[in-house]
Amino acid sequence: MAATSAQIYNWLERYAGIVAEQKQYLTGLDAAIGDGDHGINMDRGFQTVLVKLAPVSDKDAGTLLKTTGMALVGSVGGAGGPLYGTFFLRAGAALDGKSEISDRDLVGALEAGLKGVVERGKANPNDKTMVDALTPAVARAKESLDGGASLEEALAAAADAAEEGMKATIPLKALKGRASYLGDRSIGHQDPGATSSYLLLRALSDSLAALPQQAKSTT
Amino acid sequence: MAEAAVTTRLKKLINTPETEVKDAMAGMAAAHSDLIRVEYDPNVIIRKDAPKKGKVGLVSGGGSGHEPLHGGFVGVGMLDAACPGAVFTSPTPDQMARATAAVDGGAGVLHIVKNYTGDILNFEMAAELARGEGAKVNAVITNDDVAVQDSLYTAGRRGVGVTVLVEKIAGGAAEAGANLDAVTELAKKVNANGRSMGMALTSAIVPAAGKPTFEISDDEMELGIGIHGEPGRERTKLKSADEIAEILTMAVVNDIPFKAGDEVLAFVNGMGGTPLIELYVVYNAVHRYLTGRGIKVTRSLVGPYITSLEMAGCSVTILKLDAETTKFWDAPVHTPALRWRV
Ligand SMILES: Nc1ncnc2c1ncn2[C@@H]1O[C@H](COP(=O)(O)OP(=O)(O)O)[C@@H](O)[C@H]1O
Ligand SMILES: [Mg+2]
Repeated sequence: MAATSAQIYNWLERYAGIVAEQKQYLTGLDAAIGDGDHGINMDRGFQTVLVKLAPVSDKDAGTLLKTTGMALVGSVGGAGGPLYGTFFLRAGAALDGKSEISDRDLVGALEAGLKGVVERGKANPNDKTMVDALTPAVARAKESLDGGASLEEALAAAADAAEEGMKATIPLKALKGRASYLGDRSIGHQDPGATSSYLLLRALSDSLAALPQQAKSTT
Repeated sequence: MAEAAVTTRLKKLINTPETEVKDAMAGMAAAHSDLIRVEYDPNVIIRKDAPKKGKVGLVSGGGSGHEPLHGGFVGVGMLDAACPGAVFTSPTPDQMARATAAVDGGAGVLHIVKNYTGDILNFEMAAELARGEGAKVNAVITNDDVAVQDSLYTAGRRGVGVTVLVEKIAGGAAEAGANLDAVTELAKKVNANGRSMGMALTSAIVPAAGKPTFEISDDEMELGIGIHGEPGRERTKLKSADEIAEILTMAVVNDIPFKAGDEVLAFVNGMGGTPLIELYVVYNAVHRYLTGRGIKVTRSLVGPYITSLEMAGCSVTILKLDAETTKFWDAPVHTPALRWRV
């Protein structure tokens, strides 16, 4: 079974809608331990993404993801811009020219994206960042595929793992980003970036479930 | 839009939150056409006669809302370009890449970056882009805020008041013809010899957020506040200006530490919502504290130079001076917000 570039497009569009809906929530999380702009930043970015994706909507997944990354780098600013921008640029490079994406390739693209985030931001696990949601998600998706799960199952498991990772940031003391200025006062709050990353993986899983996959749709 | 209701409650001199940065840039261009020009998309404020052939270009940038930092310091003897981001959000790499290209007179460009993860990452991406185009780019990171514990394992200290002093002193050296490595080393020296700490009486309101960044009651203050309203060391009961000045100055002096006999520049900065008369009350206590410890205050700066929108409060920056830094502090400067000897 394979995913399609239409599903990738649906994922990005769906996530833009979720970010717009959850703007206040994400901003509120950032107000507690940062500077209260994460939702505003992400929404500004994904509104730009929608505009830039429209003319390339029928292109391959690599183009869609790279266009997303460039739009984020050029419009978000803050820590989120380069980090999410790098995530999508690397994921897009991994799917260069592909309109039909194998299960392994899709999970491989997520892994490449995560690797980019870690290279750029130099966060370690448990530093209380978006890496804490993305890392378990990628690991769980790989394990699931290895265990014979379908892509749909693997991505649902990945979203669950991201949710656990997000919640596990609550008791952590922030060591990276603006929240680290608080030291112990960052303990007890959920990381905004881990939250937006969880929502990203949930949106992916929902997009895969909502649209027919390649193998199902061939007649 | 959902924000419409919030926006109408906002008592600010803006048209819309979305247009605020560009409207202010246009105002700066109109008011200071002898010194600067502006470009939009990407947004950049550029010294009018840039690029200056053979002169090192100085580029800084950061979130808007800290005016006059950085755009107000573009001109003769200070910055060559500034990149304003959205309010309290670092600018994007295309802005810094454009600024770098616009001011590169062949002698290379120095990026002056305040130590915030967003600023660092965006400037890094911009430097990669600019180097890809063949530009010679160095970066210096300011991290002078003693309210934050310094550590190799965290994001480290925030860049605050010393940034203004780095821009002035490095700008003086660049104007005098120093090469890129010399300007870079001087900027690093200023950062290494300066320390700051701030405090807030009230919160700023980011227009796009529509409400105060933090709640604080009438009898409280936040010690060690960041310029984006990031919480600091502690929330305590309000004290007198003399006591507050002493707390801030003591924390700064003990950090390097500054010693009897040192010659220093004392900088009392307003956060945006505090009147100058109060800043002078604070300065008086800062000066007395330093002099009482045998520290010689040979230069000073008092006023709102690195602000946090309408936040009330102040910060204290102390910079240890030597002959070189004193000389370039005194050098002529002509920018919208700082001008002497021209
Ligand atoms: N070095 C880093 N590596 C990975 N993620 C980071 C890093 N620094 C910050 N983050 C993430 O960025 C989020 C904050 O994003 P945002 O509010 O948009 O940027 P800013 O902190 O510049 O205001 C944090 O919640 C955290 O998850
Ligand atoms: Mg933030």
